[in-house]
Amino acid sequence: MLGRAANGVYWMNRYLERAENTARLIDVGFHLALTRGNKESADEEWKSVLTTTGQVEAYSAAHDDFSGPQVFNYLLRDKDNPGSVLQMVENARTNARVVRTSITNSVWEATNEGWMTLRDLLSRPVRESNLGEVLSTIRRQSMLVRGALEGTMLRNEVFNFARIGTFIERADNTARILDVKYYVLLPSVAWVGSSLDNVQWETLLRSVAGNRAFTWLNPGSMDPKEIARFLILDGQFPRSLVFCYEKIRSNMAGLAKEYGHEVSAHELLRDAGARLHQISIDEIFEGGLHEFLQDVIGKTVEIGNAIAADYRFIE
Amino acid sequence: MTAASTTNFDEMLNGDGSVRPAYSDFCEWYNSQDTAWLKRQDAEAERFFRRIGITFNVYGEEAAEERLIPFDMIPRIITAREWRKLTRGIEQRVRALNAFLQDLYHRQEIIRSGRLPVQALRNNDAFLAQMIGFTPPGGVYTHIVGIDLVRTGPDEFMVLEDNARTPSGVSYMLENRETMMAMFPELFTKIPVRSVSDYPRRLARSLRACAPPAYKGGKRPVVAVLTPGIYNSAYFEHAFLADQMGAELVEGSDLRVIDGRVAMRTTTGYKAIDVIYRRVDDDYLDPLTFNPNSVLGVAGIMDVYRAGGITIANAPGTGIADDKAIYSYMPEIVEFYTGEKPILNNVPTWRCSEPDALAYVLDNLADLVVKEVHGSGGYGMLIGPTSSKKEIAAFEAKLRAKPENYIAQPTLSLSTVPIFTNAGLAPRHVDLRPFVLVSPDGIDITPGGLTRVALKKGSLVVNSSQGGGTKDTWVLDE
Repeated sequence: MLGRAANGVYWMNRYLERAENTARLIDVGFHLALTRGNKESADEEWKSVLTTTGQVEAYSAAHDDFSGPQVFNYLLRDKDNPGSVLQMVENARTNARVVRTSITNSVWEATNEGWMTLRDLLSRPVRESNLGEVLSTIRRQSMLVRGALEGTMLRNEVFNFARIGTFIERADNTARILDVKYYVLLPSVAWVGSSLDNVQWETLLRSVAGNRAFTWLNPGSMDPKEIARFLILDGQFPRSLVFCYEKIRSNMAGLAKEYGHEVSAHELLRDAGARLHQISIDEIFEGGLHEFLQDVIGKTVEIGNAIAADYRFIE
Repeated sequence: MTAASTTNFDEMLNGDGSVRPAYSDFCEWYNSQDTAWLKRQDAEAERFFRRIGITFNVYGEEAAEERLIPFDMIPRIITAREWRKLTRGIEQRVRALNAFLQDLYHRQEIIRSGRLPVQALRNNDAFLAQMIGFTPPGGVYTHIVGIDLVRTGPDEFMVLEDNARTPSGVSYMLENRETMMAMFPELFTKIPVRSVSDYPRRLARSLRACAPPAYKGGKRPVVAVLTPGIYNSAYFEHAFLADQMGAELVEGSDLRVIDGRVAMRTTTGYKAIDVIYRRVDDDYLDPLTFNPNSVLGVAGIMDVYRAGGITIANAPGTGIADDKAIYSYMPEIVEFYTGEKPILNNVPTWRCSEPDALAYVLDNLADLVVKEVHGSGGYGMLIGPTSSKKEIAAFEAKLRAKPENYIAQPTLSLSTVPIFTNAGLAPRHVDLRPFVLVSPDGIDITPGGLTRVALKKGSLVVNSSQGGGTKDTWVLDE
């Protein structure tokens, strides 16, 4: 396949994943802000959402306060925000148009319909009363594309690049959320947390859609170390770092098999993957959770760049 | 059903309001349908098109980046007998076009014989000096041709334009049929409509049959479609055709010349292309040869082409054959190369470069259609009968300033076919673009084509950029 097409499929899926993750962060921010008694701490939650998505500076340049509707409209649909959900869905769709000949009609139609639906839905300011509907629509549209991909695509290079894009983005997302919130977990590793901490931890889990899964695996407990272990090292949880890296590994292995040889990204991935598999949660905390996460984020970027270069995404 | 206008030929209805044989089965079906249901289907069609993303971009209209070409669900029906005559005429014309191009870029016998004045070539940008003395692989210049036809009477089909560069619209022929079959499947069990769906396969076969000398056999020749990219108005079609042919859809940035071949950048390295179906204009094809600022083409492709390393479809320089200044000579051209009288007539055309013709045109502006010689897409033209005095005066000034830039034709009384409206069927003017494939194996005409329809009442402009729509075109089986 063309290098440009590989690039298109990869980014189409990264953008969709990112749009979905942003929607989930907004959902959590909304939830938290509602449970806060006063406006100051509610605003603080919204600011924290912007910090997690890395948009707090751009936002502050244009706005003075962090009131909920202003923040979530900025994140969802602001024309001046190149990282808005609407823009990401549009980017995904533009990439899908570029690779029209590589994806199935079902995948294209799901992507195009998702874009049309969200463009209409986000053509007017979102209010608190319809925020829930908007967020669940974003998640649903992203899932429809993933479902179409899963159900209709040949398991070939195109599929592998699509999945690699999804899991690179997801690994990056989980690591960043954890990193922004690590201080919530850190001071309390040694003692049983207060109820406030419990809420914070649950929020952390919710923002990666892991609250229910965690509860199933750890009935009745909310242990910070266990939460960190779950999000980093749990091989069953589809948003944990280990899980994402395992998926990237298997899709990269698919490419090596199809092309008959490995590239430099395979080597990088093997090293990073081995480290994730061998390390224990205690060792992570000993070395510093923040340092560990920064390392993972850096490695993930490095691997993404190597894939782009090795497979000739651009000239 | 409303009676057809008496001033032009209606393809469905006779003057007395009775239904012509071609449409009798369809009308019988149509009259037995529930109107409310038809209206719902009509609305559904638009949603369907949007979802699958069949849109086109209008140049100079930023807000409407992607617009839908309206689809009308009443088919345009052509009988087997009519089609037989059309195909004979089209085949003759396309043969003549290729022979003409071969001659123009070699001995220029037609000019020596005095049938075509040398002025027609001089200062004509469509004539490419780079093609002189070169014969494209298989001797084919126009691999894909779209002949625009208009109808003025029961047996009167005329050629309005020969699109010999990169005719577009074939994806609409295919998708319109898909849509009709999805909406009204029972129609196709009742009425023997010839299939158009294998066009992409025919196209792929036809292109592969024109492989260049550098292709040494073994695997099938590698075919790629070269698109200017997603912002081009016909991008949907480029992607559609590449997809349906199983060809790569490439952009200029994917390509470079390596070891005398044009190669595309794949995830595992550069891979040579044998046949490139380019949907970029000559001028943008090769920055080393033509427009140096072009980023849409491939630097050095013309050298590779001339050395036999690649087939370019259509060949560069074919534009000279569909130039409006050349058009007026087509009857002579057909006769010169085929030795036969043209089966399909030209529309009578005045060349404004000729003083007598110009005088006549200036005297009759209000009754004529005046077109720019190098224009396309319905832009920059005057339709006398529907223009105001002021518009005519403004156009007259342009015409007097540069008469050689214009040709004029009578306002034709184009045939009508009904469209579906909320108030029932209403006649609208149509044209027809059948698609023709040329390879060393022969000339292949898909039984159907693109029917464009002027949706505005009385309008004669069918261009999609000017508010035209499309219809499914049915050629009936014997």
